Amino acid sequence: MDAESLLLSLELASGSGQGLSPDRRASLLTSLTLVKRDYRYDRVLFWGRILGLVADYYIAQGLSEDQLAPRKTLYSLNCMEWSLLPPATEDMVLQTSVVKGRFMGDPSHEYEHTELQKMSEGEKVFEEEVVVQIKEETRLVSVIDQIDKAVAVIPRGALFKTPFGPIHVNRTFEGLSLSEAKKLSSYFHFREPVELKNKTLLEKADLDPSLDFMDSLEHDIPKGSWSIQMERGNALVVLRSLLWPGLTFFHAPRTKSCGSIYVGTGEKNIDLPFML
Amino acid sequence: MEDLESLKQEKENQEPGEAGRPWEEIAASSQDPESALSEPLESEQWPETGPQPRSSLPQSPLFRSSTPLDDLTGPGASSPPSPPQEDSFTPSTLALAGQELATPWQSDKTTVNVNPKAGTPRSHHLEQSSDKGESTAPQTCQSEGNTFQQSQQTKRLLYGPEDMSDNNSEQKELRFNVFQEEDSNSNYDLDHAEPGVSEVAPSLLEIAIQSAKAYLLKTSSKSGLNLYDHLSDMLTKVLDERPENAVDIIESISQDVKMAHFRKKLDTLQNENEMLPIYEIAEKQKALFLHGNLEGADQELEDEIAENSLPNVMESAFYFEQAGVGLGTDETYRVFLALKQLTDTHPIQRCRFWGKILGLEMNYIVAEVEFREGEDEEDVEDENVTEERDDGDSEADENDEEELRRTFYKTPQPIPKEESRTGANKYVYFVCNEPGGPWVKLPSVTPAQIVIARKIKKFFTGHLETPIVSYPPFPGNESNYLRAQIARISAGTHVSPLGFYQFGEEEGEEEEEVEGRQDNFEENPDFEGIQVIDLVESLSNWVHHVQHILSQGRCNWFNPTQKSEEEEEEEDEEKEEEKGEEPDYMEQEVGPPLLTPISEDLEIQNIPPWTTRLSSNLIPQYAIAVLRSNLWPGAYAFSNGK
Repeated sequence: MDAESLLLSLELASGSGQGLSPDRRASLLTSLTLVKRDYRYDRVLFWGRILGLVADYYIAQGLSEDQLAPRKTLYSLNCMEWSLLPPATEDMVLQTSVVKGRFMGDPSHEYEHTELQKMSEGEKVFEEEVVVQIKEETRLVSVIDQIDKAVAVIPRGALFKTPFGPIHVNRTFEGLSLSEAKKLSSYFHFREPVELKNKTLLEKADLDPSLDFMDSLEHDIPKGSWSIQMERGNALVVLRSLLWPGLTFFHAPRTKSCGSIYVGTGEKNIDLPFML
Repeated sequence: MEDLESLKQEKENQEPGEAGRPWEEIAASSQDPESALSEPLESEQWPETGPQPRSSLPQSPLFRSSTPLDDLTGPGASSPPSPPQEDSFTPSTLALAGQELATPWQSDKTTVNVNPKAGTPRSHHLEQSSDKGESTAPQTCQSEGNTFQQSQQTKRLLYGPEDMSDNNSEQKELRFNVFQEEDSNSNYDLDHAEPGVSEVAPSLLEIAIQSAKAYLLKTSSKSGLNLYDHLSDMLTKVLDERPENAVDIIESISQDVKMAHFRKKLDTLQNENEMLPIYEIAEKQKALFLHGNLEGADQELEDEIAENSLPNVMESAFYFEQAGVGLGTDETYRVFLALKQLTDTHPIQRCRFWGKILGLEMNYIVAEVEFREGEDEEDVEDENVTEERDDGDSEADENDEEELRRTFYKTPQPIPKEESRTGANKYVYFVCNEPGGPWVKLPSVTPAQIVIARKIKKFFTGHLETPIVSYPPFPGNESNYLRAQIARISAGTHVSPLGFYQFGEEEGEEEEEVEGRQDNFEENPDFEGIQVIDLVESLSNWVHHVQHILSQGRCNWFNPTQKSEEEEEEEDEEKEEEKGEEPDYMEQEVGPPLLTPISEDLEIQNIPPWTTRLSSNLIPQYAIAVLRSNLWPGAYAFSNGK
């Protein structure tokens, strides 16, 4: 959710029961303004909160003019001092995928993971147990990246692709209509398209290149990994990800206001296919 | 661009000496012989206008070598020379003026107006056009002059009324413009607004304008729109709304205008359908707000206050908000009103907002209530009757099967569910999907349901009648599953500061002592509170106040080997066969007693079951202690230390 409209957004997303305490809200409003100035971001998003056993991580993201350009991610434990996280690499994701369980809330905490590595000494080949140490900060980076890639959502039309390539906020976006808001096809993954290239020409025929340049949620696997609900008597549509429980996206139809927040443990729901 | 300009400059540098005549010749040499015929005519006129251009020509190199900014101001500076020409009404001088003035602009425009010398097809076209024009105005047949004039014309238009007089004088040149593609349409409109100006060939101009307008008005066979109306709609929209940097979003505006056409058609069909649910819910919730006003009698009000079965939801919501948990003020208040509705319509002793459970399609708002003494019996009995009937049916079926198969397997006796007001069924739970919706009472939970619920993991849908498809199969539908989960969550997470509750002393103490456990407790009137810091630092200051559910599925252990008499008789017959297979005595399961400190909770997968913290580190003196369950994420408890 946009840091500038934080209070309204939190109110709209409060249906999930997880919000921010008044002092956190106030400090976020102050510190994110400063973050925007110091790092010269075009837009600062409050991304959410990852609940740790000892402390919680508060995450914010800075966007440049091009909305789909790689984002800068910052985290904070007290909502005032922000630290920049390195961009996620594939190695990181692979390395941290072995870590299970909850976050601790201490970025320097090291998870220990033992894995078997084949060692060859002369002709002998034997397996040796190697203890790999993984920093929690690395895990944080990869989890945020995974969540962003899997479930970051934006309504159709909120962004548009300029003829020169960069993606901008659509100033003329006036919200989805009610009938559109109830369909998953009106929401896009807020990331570089992956599935779009694999579509057939027939499927692409009706797409508007300036608007339909991202993947829609419609074909997400497994089917039904989103819960879409109308709240407040159709005045608010709320999408909750079941794959990453804790991610709430809200949009008030016919208004510009939309955003998403993640408040959760940072664990993927791997039981999803059995729970549906 | 710069190259072009420098080229021009070189050219112009040659010019001053010969008063532009060599240039004319160059231009003429590329034209048809016919146009060359007109040259003498012009050359005759040169001397007449000679002084005028000459006076301005020496300035021109200076003028051109200056910065582009000067080019922009050019028209203003160069317009003074033209009025005298206007008086003379000699087209050729105008053409000359056009040449002079146009050159800097030519360098601005660079590519649009093609120089005939370049010999492109386009210039050829222009030549032809000038040939045609010759019949009516032979003295201005130079295509070059025309193109320059053109560029000047468009520039001038930007300067509006001031230059209008110049414009008028140049109307004669306009007829050539008709043949140029890139001409802006607005030219025609402006020209059209000044009828009678075109003295030389009015009919041609009008025809051109009309044909252009007709082209713009051509209706698209696809959408039924035409460009003329569309452009005017767009401009109207832009001028009405006056968005910033309109040029950046002109494509979207164009699209919006087109979309507006579609919306109108669907208006009557869609809107009403879409709006219906909004009104429905508003109507439902209106009842909540009106309810208080209806019973305005003072006595009732006093009674109500005295009874006080309604919890102060807003107050606890305030504290939960400090902890960063909560539904938002608006929704909480609606829940509050819904709870009031519940307590008004049911004989309820105590009521509590248990929480909210998110479902796939709808959510549940759960209220935990305790009925007044003796007022809930009817419901319970009804339930028992129906359940017994069900049991009877199933037993009958089983008997049939047994007769058929004659198996040795004997279904273990189902463990009876706990009576209401005890164990897992201590409270009754009501749920509704939305504040203002009907409250539905959940059935009481059976041990079997709790046991299975522990083994499965399913999403709630929001519809109570949904069957639960799972393995192992769950006995019941979603309402049973919901009730079982509520019981498990309550047992796991309902905690209070040590000493807040004490064991009840008056009733039935002896019986409970026999069982070795007490399940009655009451609020401790002498409770003085525990310092918030202590509550945060030590988990042993928190105790469970809901009984632990045994792995049997009950809070109070039930000995399944105690057989009822009938069964015992049957048992005797079969005993010889079963001997040794089943131990007669099962070890009694014992859970931790009530009001056990939560510091004794077990860790699961190395995760400590509870996390404590202060709600605020900034103002610790007024902060509250917050307890978060890691076992049941989403369960929170707070204490303000009083």
